[in-house]
Amino acid sequence: MTVLEWLRGPERLRGSKEGCAEGDCGACTVVLAEPWQGRLRYRAVNACILFLPELDGRQLITVEHLACETLHPAQQAMVAHHASQCGFCTPGFVMSLFAAFHTAPVTDREAVDTLLAGNLCRCTGYRPIVEATFAACAAPAPDRFSVTEAQTMAELQAQRKGSLALLYGERRYFAPETKGELAALRLAHPDAVILAGGTDVGLWVTKQHRVLDTVIAIGRVAGLRDIESRDGVLRIGAGVTYTDALEALSALHPSLGVMVTRIGSVQVRNSGTIGGNIANGSPIGDMAPALIALDATLVLRRGDERRHLPIAGLFLAYRRTALQPGEFVERIDVPFMPEDAVFGVHKISKRPDQDISAVCGAIRVRVQEGVVTEARIAYGGMAGIPARAVQAEQALVGRAWSEASVRLAMAALAGDFTPLSDMRASAAYRSVVARNLLLKLWLDDAA
Amino acid sequence: MNALIGSEVPHDSAHLHVSGAARYLDDLPEPPGLLHAFIYLSPHAHAAITALDVSDVAAALGVHAVMTACDVPGVNDVGPAMPGDPIFANWLVEYHGQSVFAVAAESLAAARRAAKLVRIEYELRQPVLTIDEAMDAQFFVLPSKTLRRGDPQAALARATHRLSGRLEMGGQEHFYLEGQAAMAVPGEDGDMVVHSSTQHPTEVQHLTARALGLADHAVVCQTRRMGGAFGGKESQASLVAVIAALLAQRTERPVKLVLDRDDDMILTGKRHDFRVLYDVGFDSEGLIRGVTFDFAGRCGMSPDLSAAINDRTMFHADNAYFLENVEIVSHRCKTHTVSNTAFRGFGGPQGMVAIEHVIDVIARHLDIDPLLVRQRNFYRAAPADVTPYGMILEDNVIGELVDALVVSSDYAARREGVAAFNASHTWRKRGLALTPVKFGISFTLTQMNQAGALVHVYTDGSVQLNHGGTEMGQGLNTKVAMVVAAVFGLPLHRVKITATTTDKVPNTSPTAASSGTDLNGRAAQIAAETIRARLAEVTATLFDVAAGDIVFADGEVSGGGKALPFIEVVRAAYRNRIQLSSTGFYRTPKLAYDPALMQGRPFYYFAYGAAVSEVEIDTLTGEYRLLRADILHDCGTSLNPEIDLGQIEGGFVQGMGWLTTEELWWDAQGHLCTHAPSTYKIPTCRDVPADFRVALYRNENHEETVHRSKAVGEPPLMLGISVLHALRDAVAAVGSGPVRLDAPATPERVLMEVEARRAVTIVARAAE
Repeated sequence: MTVLEWLRGPERLRGSKEGCAEGDCGACTVVLAEPWQGRLRYRAVNACILFLPELDGRQLITVEHLACETLHPAQQAMVAHHASQCGFCTPGFVMSLFAAFHTAPVTDREAVDTLLAGNLCRCTGYRPIVEATFAACAAPAPDRFSVTEAQTMAELQAQRKGSLALLYGERRYFAPETKGELAALRLAHPDAVILAGGTDVGLWVTKQHRVLDTVIAIGRVAGLRDIESRDGVLRIGAGVTYTDALEALSALHPSLGVMVTRIGSVQVRNSGTIGGNIANGSPIGDMAPALIALDATLVLRRGDERRHLPIAGLFLAYRRTALQPGEFVERIDVPFMPEDAVFGVHKISKRPDQDISAVCGAIRVRVQEGVVTEARIAYGGMAGIPARAVQAEQALVGRAWSEASVRLAMAALAGDFTPLSDMRASAAYRSVVARNLLLKLWLDDAA
Repeated sequence: MNALIGSEVPHDSAHLHVSGAARYLDDLPEPPGLLHAFIYLSPHAHAAITALDVSDVAAALGVHAVMTACDVPGVNDVGPAMPGDPIFANWLVEYHGQSVFAVAAESLAAARRAAKLVRIEYELRQPVLTIDEAMDAQFFVLPSKTLRRGDPQAALARATHRLSGRLEMGGQEHFYLEGQAAMAVPGEDGDMVVHSSTQHPTEVQHLTARALGLADHAVVCQTRRMGGAFGGKESQASLVAVIAALLAQRTERPVKLVLDRDDDMILTGKRHDFRVLYDVGFDSEGLIRGVTFDFAGRCGMSPDLSAAINDRTMFHADNAYFLENVEIVSHRCKTHTVSNTAFRGFGGPQGMVAIEHVIDVIARHLDIDPLLVRQRNFYRAAPADVTPYGMILEDNVIGELVDALVVSSDYAARREGVAAFNASHTWRKRGLALTPVKFGISFTLTQMNQAGALVHVYTDGSVQLNHGGTEMGQGLNTKVAMVVAAVFGLPLHRVKITATTTDKVPNTSPTAASSGTDLNGRAAQIAAETIRARLAEVTATLFDVAAGDIVFADGEVSGGGKALPFIEVVRAAYRNRIQLSSTGFYRTPKLAYDPALMQGRPFYYFAYGAAVSEVEIDTLTGEYRLLRADILHDCGTSLNPEIDLGQIEGGFVQGMGWLTTEELWWDAQGHLCTHAPSTYKIPTCRDVPADFRVALYRNENHEETVHRSKAVGEPPLMLGISVLHALRDAVAAVGSGPVRLDAPATPERVLMEVEARRAVTIVARAAE
């Protein structure tokens, strides 16, 4: 059962709406507060693809909870700025504003666009909502939640009682707390679905109406949400969300940060994990091409055994990976950008925000004395798996890092892929834009 | 005028919206014994059903009823204007997603699971899917129509310049945030109450009665509010409501039917996509001498509202331009796809896109600014003030409005700025465009231009108001309440609007054609004025003055130097046995239109507007950004400027979405593959420019509408055409020759045209 079904069903709290049941419209946005580094951290998420047990140890705040005698500033601002018309999306916007009110009040339009990318409004054209957002964030006075924060923290911590194992008939839901437990559970239940952020698995249930027999949720496994830089390597635990990884990834390269903020929306990035994006083997996951170009390595674990796999080796065929039964992704190791590297990544989609790529391309070349010594070019959306463009790479290596060489690589790229046409893009567009991305990345570097 | 009129009071439900307390259909308290329904959708676009056995479905756990075409007690059709939309496919399915049967069960999950147990066999048939296929086969849902004035062929032959071509524009999904939903509750004696998220409660009532085999008086349809509609709940709400009612009648239990997003997008109709062929002759100044249009609209599998929609396309193929010699042909193509339906603009936008395209083609051919060509062709003084359908423009302000916008948007300097930018940038290009809008206000089916209202004044002085319109977010209830409060001189909170219901105001028209306030606001005003006249008589007696000297203002009734609180006058009226309740009825005057000849006055008046958009494209990827938009729009004397601004901005953004990122994509078997927001991309916040300057044009409606206001629901959508033309302008900055950019102008279409132009340039250079 999803949190939204539970709210609207047994709880009879019908302020949160179902607009799509796939985490794309934000009408169901709720806020989760959880203890994090000594404070309560407020995060907006889509309740429609969040499974109920994921609430364990977190405070759930819905639109019904905000008003206390008077409307919350986030609500007041929406009324004052005429920011609701039909009102169906409004509770979701209010909750996104509420989360911003508590975390990072926005001050410029760019930040508002990012904040609201996961909330669709079909009536207003957004301008009044933008103004309401500024107004709400301009007055982040203490509210009923901030004044009781210490008490809420204490209650949440008191409720935390170790690993979860829920049984419902033949169905099982595990939420281990340590990597060891996870490894053992994974071994014991090789057919289990591993649930990280649920931004993909959630849709198996809400869209495909699949019944998941055994679920192992990794959200509370200690160490799996760690991200650290050590020995020239960025180590990303498989359960690290996009939101938590953003700063470190931006530090690796700014274009990586830009690309990550175009994956999904705030709500999706608060739930979705880098590990999940890789492990589900999707041909259009946006992290894969970047990580392939960056020469990342996966640390895979089965029981107590670990092995290292270059990330490109994970993808065998459409949605089929090299993961063995009982094995799971524990960590992703990304080497720091070498001094002599030029890097760029760019995703192409119909709409700038909250859209799945038609094509996502990443390139890392190493240039010594003006000559390309190594080239890694990877694309998503061009084949059944994210894959390297070997012929384009070969066209560059040994040549001067120049527009002329890039144009040779562009020509060579035609031999690397035979993309498909679908609702996101035609094969012709994919081929042309993939080719042009090389030039664009070169121009970006030249600039 | 009362101070309330023209004030910026918030939407009457705003405080409920923001606290999650506004009830939409699926939020209503559920009556005991409620069952949940699920519709089984055809997996094929065109097939005969050769065997259908639902016995396993009926026997499944939790199932209470299954209904197929043969189980409908009344008429198995919900066609709004003419038949053709079966509730359940009888032996033929004509689109992927067509309703075949429905299940009522104790939970939605049980109903959905059970539906999979159906044994059904199909004999597949070749579907006709595209406009081209339909035109080749001359496959139509309705006969083609022609509107002609002057001698276009002779004018074309004589013209100094002549160009012809073809353009295509896609359809559009409404993407109301709240999907289609209904709940039917059986009463005693076979009566049925249907709660429906509909723009047209009367039609839901009538179609439910017809399907259930009841008289209209046995069915009540109620609508409190919709979570968006945009035309998508004008005729399309009926199927869902009628199926819920059929199952409720069968089970004698309440039944709720809420479509999930995917089923909603697959099952229900959208904006018509079009193919247009044109042939235009013009002089060296860009003045159009003669033009012909051949419109082919994809209607889908049934007529639905396509007759009136395609008529409106013909009525707007002139947009704001005088076309002296013109022929407009309209084909209403039948395809094995979902039946396309009403969508904000109702065919008008497609007509406007066509003429704006022609204007742009002329300008680029003559190498002059398209704005000049637009201005040169505007309707002007007689005899250049008559539309192709013979209506004289009595309220034309397009010239002045555009002049004002040219100044306020700093068009000339920005035109130079764009040229300078393009000269200094190789890979990024900018484009600028100004497009006008002239939109006819009234239902073109004249009989629909009527409305009723019911006003009660209670003895505590509070006012309850009901009218035939429905609230879908547009602020109709707020505006109508303002009008009524102004009549009584009361503060707004003393007037409450309740849910639209067919047992308070009967035989209503849909809330559509931008007419909500014009019609219902007037009807409510008339009802309130009737009561006010009675109260004035009562007061006049009390004060011993003439009734004409009585004034209602600030919560008081005054005259002859005396005053009483409104509530005291109401009590006096009650004591004197004066009726404190009244209906009001309004019909739009002056309409005189002959549909057979397509001549006369189909519209009461016109709404005008114009927009300037500036875009930047990346010529390597086709990606683009709207940098700035300036809008000047005519709402007459605005009843509530903030509500009108909301309609203008929202309409512009929705129109922009239609023409840019919103792409409906069917596969070769006729399956719609873009049936959820993951694949169908409406604008997000970032798509709206930070520099967005919107103003109301100071004007007063030439006609006697409610407080001289103008309808504002649909016209602003067509302001979005300026974004398409700004993109054309930017694309034109690469290479040379005519610009081929169909809509939606996705990044893909932009890039492919840029690439084509660049290739031509390279070939041309090589030839030198």
